[in-house]
Amino acid sequence: MSVLFLIMPITLLISAAAVAAFVWATRSGQLDDLETPALRALHEERQRMEERHPS
Amino acid sequence: MNPPVPSTLIERSLLAAAIDQAVACAHCGLPVPKALLEPRGASFCCHGCRTVYALIHAHGLDGYYLERERSGERGRPARTTARKYEELDDRDFAERRCLPLADGSASVELYLEGIHCSACVWLVESLPRVVPGVREARLNVGRSLLSVIWDPAAVRLSAVARALDQLGYAPHPAASERAQAERLRDRALLLRIGIAGFSAGNVMLMAFALYGGAFSGMQREFSALFRWASFGLALPSVLYCAAVFYRGALAALRTRAPHMDLPISIGIAAGFVWGALNTLRGTGEIYFDSLTTLIFLLLVGRFLQQRHQRRAASAAELAQALAPSIARVRVGDETREVEASGVRAGTLVVVAAGERIPVDGRIAAGSSSVDLSLLTGESTREDVALGDRVWAGTTNAAQELVVETEHSGAQTRVGRLVESIEAAQRERAPIVKLADRLASKFVVVVLALAALTLLVWWGAGADRAIEHAVALLVVTCPCALGMATPLSVSVALRRAAAGGLLFKGGEPLEALAGRGVIVFDKTGTLTDGTPRLESYAGPEDLLRLAAVVEQSSEHPLAKAIRRAAPAAGALRAEGLEVLGSRGLRGRVGTELVTIGSAALFDSLGLSAPEPIAAKLEEFGRRGLSTVLIARNHAVEAVAAFGDGLRPDARQTLESLAGLGHELLVLSGDDQRVVDRVCAGLPLRESSGGVSPEQKLARVRELVRGGKTVIMVGDGVNDAAAMSAATVGIAVHGGAEASLLAAHVFSTRPGVAPVLCAILGARKTLRVIRRGIAFSLAYNALGVTLALLGVLSPLLAAVLMPLSSLTVVGSALRSRAFREEAA
Repeated sequence: MSVLFLIMPITLLISAAAVAAFVWATRSGQLDDLETPALRALHEERQRMEERHPS
Repeated sequence: MNPPVPSTLIERSLLAAAIDQAVACAHCGLPVPKALLEPRGASFCCHGCRTVYALIHAHGLDGYYLERERSGERGRPARTTARKYEELDDRDFAERRCLPLADGSASVELYLEGIHCSACVWLVESLPRVVPGVREARLNVGRSLLSVIWDPAAVRLSAVARALDQLGYAPHPAASERAQAERLRDRALLLRIGIAGFSAGNVMLMAFALYGGAFSGMQREFSALFRWASFGLALPSVLYCAAVFYRGALAALRTRAPHMDLPISIGIAAGFVWGALNTLRGTGEIYFDSLTTLIFLLLVGRFLQQRHQRRAASAAELAQALAPSIARVRVGDETREVEASGVRAGTLVVVAAGERIPVDGRIAAGSSSVDLSLLTGESTREDVALGDRVWAGTTNAAQELVVETEHSGAQTRVGRLVESIEAAQRERAPIVKLADRLASKFVVVVLALAALTLLVWWGAGADRAIEHAVALLVVTCPCALGMATPLSVSVALRRAAAGGLLFKGGEPLEALAGRGVIVFDKTGTLTDGTPRLESYAGPEDLLRLAAVVEQSSEHPLAKAIRRAAPAAGALRAEGLEVLGSRGLRGRVGTELVTIGSAALFDSLGLSAPEPIAAKLEEFGRRGLSTVLIARNHAVEAVAAFGDGLRPDARQTLESLAGLGHELLVLSGDDQRVVDRVCAGLPLRESSGGVSPEQKLARVRELVRGGKTVIMVGDGVNDAAAMSAATVGIAVHGGAEASLLAAHVFSTRPGVAPVLCAILGARKTLRVIRRGIAFSLAYNALGVTLALLGVLSPLLAAVLMPLSSLTVVGSALRSRAFREEAA
């Protein structure tokens, strides 16, 4: 069980990296708007489909 | 490729028509009134929808209807206004609000009314196709904030704004520095939430191991490892993320204003200090799992609350919205630009057509018409000529004017108004939230109970006693109590906004839920501000002929005549001649028709025969405006116009009175007019001839008398009273200043939204009370267990999130504003 002494710091390091990524994403403004990008993605998808198969 | 045409929608509406005769509006899908049915093609329920549909169609944006159908949203009747948005072209507006970009284009941020679904995103972001010269439009649905990048050389900002208005999304300038500040504030809190979540999640994993170990045994070295790891993980959460609560608590102590942050901070601090001590000692309970979860949940609650908060407008913003800050002064033959606030009395100021007038003064040269909409909220134009007075903030609509300054800056009518709004905002006592009112008692009770626990258990050893006291402090830490209000408010405000009621924060809800005095403005609020034909005495056919003569006139009374007598198709008036300032004469067939005021007819030497003259006098007494109509130089008819109640006004007022509110009408209009309009309404008082200053004084007096005062208005003349009232509500179509001063504003026409706001607020408050009751019950349970000494940290760790979940569930189930605003 003493492997815990090794594993725990490693997992904590990995999750710390995730926190760092979150901090970066927040600071660079990627999380400013949590709703619109989701809606916009739908429109763009449809536009691409329509361009590919003009009716 | 041609964009898809919404043939499905039209077909479907035609099909529906065949089945039950009710034709759906091609834009919003509501039934079309019989009178507006079109024999072929699309029919519309209102003029707004027709405008929007035509615009969408003309630019090949019919995809909007498909998008909307797919998003499953119902359409809404479009609300367009006739505003010109010329103030957006001012140079100082550009300097303050617009950001120049490297390639010569500029960006600006605008708040939009009426954003409600994903199809709106699509339509608004298609703006570059509607207005050439717009490079990009990006919409933030949550904030209704649109960021536009456009080429100032190719298109004026006012044209962009008008296009948005025509699409049914009336824009309002947003201070970009303020939007930026809000963004940074949101980011900072989001960071705290993320880190608190990381701490809470990982500490919880450690806690599982520790609780497991507590039941089945665990080697000392491992339990020490987990405890120290928990301590390390809790540090950022307790020291960094929770700092917002400590700051709030300190402020509450300093100002002696009760606040929820105080009991929260006490709980966190007690738990953390004792937990840290126990970690060092290697024995006893640590509370890091409960504490980190608590901090995470509370921060989420705070985030929801913050996202709905919009700061009240500052005086500088108000002044900017109302009057330009640059004046062009003429000295000799030279014209130069100076600060508008520093212009001396007697100085000549040049105002080009389309510009806003920067000072109060008299016209020294030129004649024009002036658009007063910024001051009155009504889009009326007034003709002005040499010697007439003009006011700062109004727009010169037609030709260049030279104005001799009388007052500038803070001395202008607008300047004094801004000052009074600012003073009113300063003096207004903030509404203390129900939860915060509870907080002070809560702290006292909890501390007393903790002391009692300490005392009761002292005999069993100091360690045990402190243990139980800390357990009590942690378990009573008002997580659910702190979340009940923000969550319920957040849910309610979101629904309200979707239904067209915009709250600038949660505080007005509690005031709206109680009983109080509601003060209404008349013109533009209870009435829609457009005159209607109320009475007519004379031959029926003459009214039709008058309508033909007035065919192309834009005068409000001319429009009222046309509405009352839809002109007989083929008839055309010939030889139209404008008489005086308001009169009109024209030939229809063989008849010569003259229309004008009694004064005009006097000057023409025509007098009304006895029955008409009597009617004229009677209408005047009733507070109606009158127009005489003559056929072939003989006065035969008199038409009387009045501004009628909005269709929803009577029912709304009756419902409000039924809810126990006292209703008042304070109007700047003539007392006779007020009496006529308000006849039969359940009012305690209806006063006419009330100046803006008197309105403000009345509202202040009522507030000082300890009453909850709700002021409903639309104009700049109501703005000061609105900001002095407990809650100010601006109705749709109000002046920009009234929107800035109000705490709540409606994007739907009529006064019914006031009733919606009050009913919705009552439901919301019921939900808040329910949440508070739940969390207090949990706390009582926790306190009992702690006093008995059976409250283990595990039990506390389960109880706490459970109570929060109950409150969250209860808040989300709330139906407030669901029916009201639909």
